[in-house]
Amino acid sequence: MGITVSMTVNGQAVTAELDPRTLLVQFLREYRQLTGTHVGCDTGQCGACTVHLDGRAVKACNILAVQAQGAQILTIEGVAANSELHPMQAAFRDHHGLQCGFCTPGMVMNALELVRKHPDPSEETIRAGLDGNLCRCTGYHNIVKAVQAGAAAMKR
Amino acid sequence: MRAFDYHRPATLKEAASLLRKNENARALSGGQSLIPALKLRLAAPAALVDLGAIEELRGIKLDGAVLTVGAMVRHSEVATSRDVAIGIPALARLAEDIGDRQVRNMGTLGGALANNDPAADYPAAVLGLGATIHTNKRAIAADKFFLGLYETALKRGEIITSVAFPLPKRAAYAKFANPASRFALVGVFVSEGAGSVRVAVTGAAPCVFRAKDMEKKLAANFAPDVLAKVRVPPDGLNSDIHASAEYRAHLITVMAKRAVAAAVAGK
Repeated sequence: MGITVSMTVNGQAVTAELDPRTLLVQFLREYRQLTGTHVGCDTGQCGACTVHLDGRAVKACNILAVQAQGAQILTIEGVAANSELHPMQAAFRDHHGLQCGFCTPGMVMNALELVRKHPDPSEETIRAGLDGNLCRCTGYHNIVKAVQAGAAAMKR
Repeated sequence: MRAFDYHRPATLKEAASLLRKNENARALSGGQSLIPALKLRLAAPAALVDLGAIEELRGIKLDGAVLTVGAMVRHSEVATSRDVAIGIPALARLAEDIGDRQVRNMGTLGGALANNDPAADYPAAVLGLGATIHTNKRAIAADKFFLGLYETALKRGEIITSVAFPLPKRAAYAKFANPASRFALVGVFVSEGAGSVRVAVTGAAPCVFRAKDMEKKLAANFAPDVLAKVRVPPDGLNSDIHASAEYRAHLITVMAKRAVAAAVAGK
């Protein structure tokens, strides 16, 4: 049974006929070719699939696409303005906040909501706030530094 | 995932009728427990009735001595609500520490209660505050709602609409979280209300329960030290790779003391 789903993805209105089993992350990657949103664990633990749904960071592997009916979705592809990296993305690059980079899109999407709520986050706030995102390379130190620098850059 | 029919009703009435008519239908709220279960085929309902479009299940209201939270209110909303912060700050802090940011941005109060996971946080608050669960059919006292492992008093076609929390004089929640899953290995919610003390324990047993021996001691003197020698017997508590029943029994006393200390300190 196909369900007609409409939502806005990175500012663009999209409509599709979907099997209701389609996960939001599947819809973004396979129907919209937005492969910046990653599937890490596919069990709602690692946060690599984090996108914004009506401004809230959510795990796109843990949501059905049909649940996003009428929603505004922002993925990592929609974060940069034109060809200029978003200050948070630039901070991850500058501070070596990634090694393999697989977790990075999810980290950035989570960090953006974190900084909206805590414009000047402490290390403790960042570590607690990134609880839903796993990185198996960095040991997190540089991710924390990147988020702190990204937050400072976003104020400018 | 097994195939299912999907419905997204706009009214409570329509949702209840869909759940009644479809024998193996399940209600979908935030889906943070149900969707992983569907993916693992631990659950395979013939139909899902998505409650996400039903306006009447939303909203938080502080009215006199009662805080009412709609069933589809997300954990992140409870954590940041001004009304919750004024009425029952311990409830806001509990919500702020459920799962992780992304889960709190989807998961709902009603969903957590209907699921009744043995290690969920909200059942402890609902039982520990003596709240009332309102459904489309009736009002159910917390003491009669949680029946067993993933089992509640809800009947087919019955949907939680809101939860009414009486405002306590003071309350607090202390949780020993599993370091990996963040679920409560043991969580204890204590409250002192109009003439009564409640102590509710989650994570330790197949279902949330009240530690009545602790309540009696605290009713006489609401201080952490009176619990020092009160132990919940380990018989019937969960024993698994994360913790033995004996360890959980020990943690109940430790967490209860911390919760009372926090409530006394107003933290």
